[in-house]
Amino acid sequence: MTGTVTPFPAPRRASAPQTEGSAMSPSSVATAVEPLLDVRGLTISLPDGADRPYAVENLTFTLNPNEILCVVGESGSGKSMTAHATMGLLPKPHVKVTGGELLFRGHNVFTMSETEQRALRGGRIAMVFQEPMTALNPLKKVGDQIEESLRVHTSLDKAARAARVVELLTQVGLPNPADLSKSYPFRLSGGQRQRVMIAMALACEPDVLIADEPTTALDVTTQKQILELIRSIQAERHMGVMFITHDFGVVAEIADRVAVMQHGKLVEIGPARQVLNAPTHPYTRHLIASVPHYIEHRADFTKSGDALLEARNVNKVFNVGGGFLRKGRQVVAGDDICLTIHPGETVGLVGESGSGKSTLGRSIVGLMTPNSGQILFKGQNLLGLKRREFRPFRRDIQMVFQDPYASLNPRHKVGDIISQGPVAFGEDKGKALTRARELLQLVGLDGSAADRYPHQFSGGQRQRISIARALAMDPTLLVADEPVSALDVSVQTQVLKLLDDIRHRLNLSMLFITHDLRVAAQVCDTIAVMRRGKIVEIGPSRSVFGDPQHEYTRTLLDAIPGKAWEIPAELLAERAGHSAGGHPS
Amino acid sequence: MKTSSGFWAAYARNKGAVFGLLIVAVVIVLALFSGVLFPESPWEMVNAPFLPPMSDGALLGTDTLGRDIAAGIAHGARMSLWIGLVSTGVALLIGVSLGALAGFFGGVVDDAIMRFTELFQTIPNFVLAVVLVAIFTPSSTSIVAAIAIVSWPPLARLARGEFLSLRSREFVQAAITTGQSNLTIIVRQILPNSLSPIIVSASLMVATAILLESSLSFLGLGDPNQMSWGYMVGAARTVIRQAWWMSFFPGLAILLTVLSLNLIGEGLNDALNPKLARKGR
Repeated sequence: MTGTVTPFPAPRRASAPQTEGSAMSPSSVATAVEPLLDVRGLTISLPDGADRPYAVENLTFTLNPNEILCVVGESGSGKSMTAHATMGLLPKPHVKVTGGELLFRGHNVFTMSETEQRALRGGRIAMVFQEPMTALNPLKKVGDQIEESLRVHTSLDKAARAARVVELLTQVGLPNPADLSKSYPFRLSGGQRQRVMIAMALACEPDVLIADEPTTALDVTTQKQILELIRSIQAERHMGVMFITHDFGVVAEIADRVAVMQHGKLVEIGPARQVLNAPTHPYTRHLIASVPHYIEHRADFTKSGDALLEARNVNKVFNVGGGFLRKGRQVVAGDDICLTIHPGETVGLVGESGSGKSTLGRSIVGLMTPNSGQILFKGQNLLGLKRREFRPFRRDIQMVFQDPYASLNPRHKVGDIISQGPVAFGEDKGKALTRARELLQLVGLDGSAADRYPHQFSGGQRQRISIARALAMDPTLLVADEPVSALDVSVQTQVLKLLDDIRHRLNLSMLFITHDLRVAAQVCDTIAVMRRGKIVEIGPSRSVFGDPQHEYTRTLLDAIPGKAWEIPAELLAERAGHSAGGHPS
Repeated sequence: MKTSSGFWAAYARNKGAVFGLLIVAVVIVLALFSGVLFPESPWEMVNAPFLPPMSDGALLGTDTLGRDIAAGIAHGARMSLWIGLVSTGVALLIGVSLGALAGFFGGVVDDAIMRFTELFQTIPNFVLAVVLVAIFTPSSTSIVAAIAIVSWPPLARLARGEFLSLRSREFVQAAITTGQSNLTIIVRQILPNSLSPIIVSASLMVATAILLESSLSFLGLGDPNQMSWGYMVGAARTVIRQAWWMSFFPGLAILLTVLSLNLIGEGLNDALNPKLARKGR
């Protein structure tokens, strides 16, 4: 490693790219590689009234041929803005480039004419978006959508284009490409759509591929396949790939070089091995330390007494798309599910999307009714209870929701939100408000937060409020449905820490629903792995992670991004020291 | 959500809406002080008939019976606004309650209410209003009732749509899991969040109600004891070629008021749904 990495690389221009280029990718041929993309002092301004004047400030980096550069940062770090500026996708006229240049093979993109820029985009530079569900036009066949860019950017005739479409679909590993090119996007799964997006991006053999969180919306196993696909295509075509992500696991999986961004500024850039294993900037160190991971020293949970909650043979089938006189498709979300939660135990329910994990959680809190089975809480079957009979149990079983932005009523003050539950159970309003303030302090916020509205808080703070609302009912069982999946990693750690702290302090039992095995590993005593409505494996965390019995569990574990990479021990030690204070996010 | 100053700033960005608000303010003042400005009854013959505008003692002229048109417009403003506001209020009450129930409970309740709503939507509004007023003899109460009955269905549909989407939001589910009653959830959790589009369409409905009332009085189905713009236009239509001003000024009053209310509705839409408004501006 000869790359001279400074924490603030802003003003380094001419000399830096070459040294870096040679240092980072051993496969690049010459020492003086001309960078594909050369970003110099890029500044993007935000409209007045935004929380900071610049989305991206004085950003300088290069992207070389035949490398994957990962741009990492939390939400609002300006990483997507950089990609969008390159593709001319900034929301005009409010957000615009106000300084710096962006050179593609030595030509400044910003000074090109519209026509030249258009030829460049889609032709030489292509982009893959985060959300495969919305990035494809639902009304056009996927083949036609790929063909469109061939029609615009190449002079191939119709037959040649059709052949090329099939060839591209084959390359991205889609089965039955000829038939598939004639299907509409809704027939494809998320992973397949992302493959189609990649095929579309590759249509004109671009030199640069910009991938903006292309796997964030996908399940782990699909993510693994897409990452492998991007990696192999990149190696085959010697493309430069700018891969935007928030996940250091993904970085460890595919990056040659890493750029870390914070608040619109580049804080660290260097070869992947160096940034991952010996980060220098405090922010990078903090981010890496926040990556969820399995805690080795967790003692096995010793079950004592009767089960607090027991699910017996719970079945749930959804009828999708049915209507009057027409039978729809059936989706099994619960297939003979059996699960017990003991007092003080945290059970993790892990599975990919559509596995039925949320269905079980919602059935337990009474938001959904299974078709058959029993859910026993302290021996009393909750299913089949009338609304009024169920009501007393509402206090005992509380839920923390996934989306901190949707789970708090925007028109109510935080204090009211927390106290509404107890008030509904006849608590005195003033008393409930006082208690709400205490709870806010318990979850690491200031008591004065009670007088403010939810929109004045960040995602992590809102999730704390959400937890306080659940705690206001003095529950014995907390169902947490993906409570941290909408949060940035560093905030994630704090919220997980809070949940862990609270459940010990209040001796809560918890059903922790998550798609992320790393998160489950960090907080759960027992882990249940679900697939297609069935629990395929259940056992103590240690054995599920250490000695998985079911093949699907092994597949899931294998798909965890960056599993080969160990978070440097010193950073973990640092984090243990940091989070002891329990900073509010 | 927003501070009130932020709301006004967003509203004032739409110049048309500010203009609309001014006009409506003038109409309101006119309606409130019609008794002071024109103490005589508008039905009183105060001058020679067929006086053109700007004549002595009759600013906007007189009608076929020598009644002052300016007085008629001032007193008619009271009737128009009253009908517009009250009938919209009643329509809101019916529409939002039914829509809320349908959207919140779904299933059979939803089906029943929506079929009932469709029953009203299949009959042309104006025809139904005419029939209702004709049956119940024209009076301001029956006119208000008729207008309210024909105009609630769109509000019910709107409210239902809002409730349907908000119902599955997590904060509503959180309210369910914390044991709040259905009534509390409907009134305190969902309703405040569905108000913006309802307010906007209600402001437009006031305009429609004024038009409906004018049309009814034009046909002679107005309250015989109340001067109204529609009646004035209707009564003057036979002499429109000899005395344009008799129908022109009340017509202008209707036009300006309805236009202003529509502008206000648009302004409210911009201010309450800022994300939608920014497009294309």
